[in-house]
Amino acid sequence: MSAPLTKPAPLPEELAAPERTGRRGSALVQRLVVVRELGIVAALVLLVVATVVANPRFLSGQNVRDLLLSAAILTVLAAGQTMVIITRNVDLSVGSVLGLSAYASGTLMVVTPGTPVVVVVLAGMAVGAVCGLLNGAIVAVAGVPSLVVTLGTLYAFRGLDSLWASSADRLQINAADLPGGFKALGTARLLGVPVLFLVAVVVVLVVGYYLRTFRSGRELYGIGSAPEAARLSGIPVGRRVLTAFVVNGALAGLAGVLYAARFQTLDTTAGTGQELFVVAAAVVGGVAIFGGSGSVYGAALGALLLTTIGTALPQLGLDPFWRDAAVGGLILAAIALDRALQLRLAARLRGRNARRDR
Amino acid sequence: MTVETPPAPAPAAAAPARRGPTLPSGSVITTFLVLFLVVAAFSVEGFASTRNAGFLLLDVVVIALIALPLTLVVVTGEIDLSVASTVGLCSAVMGQLWVAGLPLEAIVPLVLVLGGVLGAVNGFLVTRLGLPSLAVTIGTLALYRGLAFVVLGDQAVADFPRAWTTWAISSIGSTGIPTVVVPLLVLVAVTAVVLHATPIGRSLYAMGNSEDAARFSGIDVARTKLWLFVVTGVVSALGGVYWTLRYGSARADNATGLELQVIAAILLGGVSIFGGSGGLLGVIAGALLLASVRNALQLVNVPSDVLNIVTGVLLITAVVAPQVAARVKGRRRRAPA
Repeated sequence: MSAPLTKPAPLPEELAAPERTGRRGSALVQRLVVVRELGIVAALVLLVVATVVANPRFLSGQNVRDLLLSAAILTVLAAGQTMVIITRNVDLSVGSVLGLSAYASGTLMVVTPGTPVVVVVLAGMAVGAVCGLLNGAIVAVAGVPSLVVTLGTLYAFRGLDSLWASSADRLQINAADLPGGFKALGTARLLGVPVLFLVAVVVVLVVGYYLRTFRSGRELYGIGSAPEAARLSGIPVGRRVLTAFVVNGALAGLAGVLYAARFQTLDTTAGTGQELFVVAAAVVGGVAIFGGSGSVYGAALGALLLTTIGTALPQLGLDPFWRDAAVGGLILAAIALDRALQLRLAARLRGRNARRDR
Repeated sequence: MTVETPPAPAPAAAAPARRGPTLPSGSVITTFLVLFLVVAAFSVEGFASTRNAGFLLLDVVVIALIALPLTLVVVTGEIDLSVASTVGLCSAVMGQLWVAGLPLEAIVPLVLVLGGVLGAVNGFLVTRLGLPSLAVTIGTLALYRGLAFVVLGDQAVADFPRAWTTWAISSIGSTGIPTVVVPLLVLVAVTAVVLHATPIGRSLYAMGNSEDAARFSGIDVARTKLWLFVVTGVVSALGGVYWTLRYGSARADNATGLELQVIAAILLGGVSIFGGSGGLLGVIAGALLLASVRNALQLVNVPSDVLNIVTGVLLITAVVAPQVAARVKGRRRRAPA
């Protein structure tokens, strides 16, 4: 720090300065976020190009559609998780919520075969929202760290799923049990694009718009940056965090319905272990694990990249066993990159302030 | 409650510590464990048999083992989610080396070194690059598990020498207590002494409470944490060796998801996820409580998947209950004023 030890009385110009620096600083941050997201796009393009060179059929219609279908579920989960992580929380229970919601919506269709698809979707989201409400209530009201709470509900929701399945004596729901209208959803296309993927795109756009534009959306960032400062400045921290958990739960519920539509075979293991891929997608997409920064678009790109790696590796002649290792390496690279960018940004802002002070 | 005159500000700050005799950390969960064991012994048929006790302890060995160094890590305010993947990778490497014809006497030290290297990678990324351990170890969780599959694929290596595999599940005489409990107890004792009776242990709590304050008081935070991650890696590798021998099978997916059970035991034992508080007694009690509740419910034919509810509810209760208790106490204290 090159700041002088004895500071002269602030001149009017200097008093106004911090605001100006703030605005210029935030423009810098904004540019960095764009650069960060372009980085993922570049990685994605590079991966796709390399794979296409190795195997031109990689970009065949069916292959791309399969890829988008797989990415859709992870993207919806990542969108919800981003909201939670931005508030400096985490929801590890989403895999179990997905499983519970998938099983619930499957059961609904088996028990009452005539249920319209819209009702099934809403029911799945409602199941998820209730799970999210429980998570959020414990976190916000009891003031217990979300990592612990959602680790607990990861087990509890999964156990509930198993309990339900074993007591209803319906351990597996097969494609034959599901109505045709619902199964069509899994394969339906609009202008050649799978409908499930379009659902994910809509979710990302809505969440992205909310986080960027709405006051309460901006407050989520404030809470994640400095929870205590957010509370002191009058943000209803508990209510906002609760909302983030409920929305995330509802989206995990939606992901459960998408899962049911895509795979059409449901047992109580659906979504097991997904929580790690979801958090990984967000982290790769530049969402800071300790809150306060990142965007849902980045997380969605992260989800797309992780899914693409899974499908591209075999095409590149690599053993599919390399997938998890590649995902792990990518996470480490992403957080190391974020750290480097953050340090550079801090140095730049400091340099700018120091120059101004002189 | 009887003191009505407000004490001077300075003593007031110290008051909570002097309010009655403070129980050692983890005593609540230990009491709970003892109560549960007594109730289960009388009400669950077959629970108190030597055979069952043996099974229960065998199940808890690896969890308790890895919980030892991980408790220290959590006390410093960090976390390591990659422990179960380290178990898997070490198991896979052990299998591959055995296939390659090395004797187990050479394989075991090599695998332990590997564990140390894996831990050092975590420690390096956390302490030298300053990355958050939660994110780093989610990354290495995927990386190490992935490498385990790269090493061994979906095969299993199962032809380990009988002498080793039978030792792994043998018990002391006719007591039903597994032989491995003895070395485990030694490690528990060593860890307990380090954590609760040495300057190193005190420094871990100091780091967990305030890293800056710890650094300013002369503790080499980065170095200590780096070594903690290394030790966690070595102990996880040891867990991998034992796991492989116990089930007589080296597989890449060995111990998948075990990290959550270990962390559940630690948190149930009263260690704060933010670091700076908790003790080893509680952690061991937590691991035993989780295992015995599951064991007892299995004996009364509750399906094992459903038992997850119990694990989850126990974990949440363990963290919510003290919060609620503190709030109720706080309200009662404020009420007469």
